[in-house]
Amino acid sequence: MNLVGAVVDGILTGGVYALFAAGLSYMFGVMRLVNLAHGAFAVVAAYLGLVLSGAFSGLGDPGALLTAAAVTIPVVAAGGYLLQRFVLQSTLSESPLPSLLVTFGLAIIIENVLLVTMSADTRKLSLGRGIETASIDLGFTSIGVFPLVILLLAVVLLGGLSLVMARTQFGRLVRAVSDDPATVGLTGADPRHVYAIAAAIAFGLVAVAGLASGVQTNFSPGSGGMFLIFAFEAVIIGGLGSLWGTLLGAMILGVVQSVTAVALSPGYKELVGHLVFLLFLVFLPNGIIRRKVRL
Amino acid sequence: MLEVRNVSVAYGQLPAVRDVSLELPAGGILAVIGANGAGKSTLLKAIAGQVPLGAGSVLLDGRDVSKLPAHRRTRLGIALVPEGRRLFKSLTVEENLLTARAAKRSGPWSLESVYEVLPLVAARRSRRAGDLSGGEQQATAIARALMTNPAVLLLDEVSLGLAPAIIAQIYAFIPTIREQGTSILLVEQDVQQATRAARDVHCLLQGRTSLAGTDLDLADITRAYFGGEAA
Repeated sequence: MNLVGAVVDGILTGGVYALFAAGLSYMFGVMRLVNLAHGAFAVVAAYLGLVLSGAFSGLGDPGALLTAAAVTIPVVAAGGYLLQRFVLQSTLSESPLPSLLVTFGLAIIIENVLLVTMSADTRKLSLGRGIETASIDLGFTSIGVFPLVILLLAVVLLGGLSLVMARTQFGRLVRAVSDDPATVGLTGADPRHVYAIAAAIAFGLVAVAGLASGVQTNFSPGSGGMFLIFAFEAVIIGGLGSLWGTLLGAMILGVVQSVTAVALSPGYKELVGHLVFLLFLVFLPNGIIRRKVRL
Repeated sequence: MLEVRNVSVAYGQLPAVRDVSLELPAGGILAVIGANGAGKSTLLKAIAGQVPLGAGSVLLDGRDVSKLPAHRRTRLGIALVPEGRRLFKSLTVEENLLTARAAKRSGPWSLESVYEVLPLVAARRSRRAGDLSGGEQQATAIARALMTNPAVLLLDEVSLGLAPAIIAQIYAFIPTIREQGTSILLVEQDVQQATRAARDVHCLLQGRTSLAGTDLDLADITRAYFGGEAA
């Protein structure tokens, strides 16, 4: 593969990373909560997709997985609502520590429950060979149809979320609750409900990310940690709290990884990705899109 | 009608409001006065549901709302203009006003009618709330509360830190609010200002009622305000 091809490939990979990162960034922007179980929930979504596509296997490829996804995404989003409302809500305080500890604990519990119920084998989701290997020949390189669809999906979802945040009453209330949760009650809105809906959106995004990633690469119960790190790196590179920055950061991370894989060795791609992230942390700690916690 | 019955509020071990009772008839206006730390703001927060009651109850039109969270009370018609205005700073003025639609109450106040009576707010509608002057912020905070179409409006120290000309403008606006049938409970440190705005006055001293009545004598109020032999 040539270098240009690697760059194109990296940009496409950025689509999945952006989906991972957007939920993390969104929850932090709204409720100042860093969800360390974010990656673990992506893995949960992937396994839920795996089990359900088994149940729907009569539909064949790609119908089985698409139907499974249509169930998985709302279920995970609803789980996010309940988790925020009844568990995470009570960890929110001036100190970030309680929510960090609780979500860290959740990540460990989830990983171990998956190990017991799903075994440690690596798994993959299947859309059928036709869709997974389809590509468009651009002459100088060819691009995969599935990664392209995921990137476009990421752009549409993030764009849609940006619009909702900017234009709708829900968006206004989310921004209001991010400014001053105690005062939101005076407008007649329940701040806990607003938080929980925001969490549902973040979990819905992470479910899409987990499913998309499960089609592209293998996953196992322990994959959550790597998902979380990629999400973190994309968020920090792009700039915390900015959805478009997150997309940009995700693409940069994807490009760095795929160019490293081609120019150096595939074994180094994650390491170099981490190093670039560290450079950003040292020299541009606010990310590329420098905004003060605006959504 | 708003009734406050034997309400006590404490911050940890520290009592802030002790056994206070008051009544605000529909369409009425009552001024709660008192020195710094007398418990005025705490009393308003307790009515609005921002701090829990230690004892006693708050009734709106005979319904006990004491256990309801703040947003439920707002939906029933209790609106608080909080101390320090507490606007959503990253939102524009208009967005701040629109958040109040979450109260889902219909009535005379809408974006259009609020802009009509508060041209100061209308002129700043697309500004970010954090960039406003103190007077503009206060007017916006009142407008936001009105947008919930309240039955009872609680005004907490609306004159604090503002220039006299602005204070006069804000107080001149109060009759307009009452014309729409909204009753007003206002908290004020400035006795003169309070007695000009309301004939009924309720004076707090160290969390307790030290004096309450209609058309009170200034000398009596002063004694009740600072604490003296008669109080």
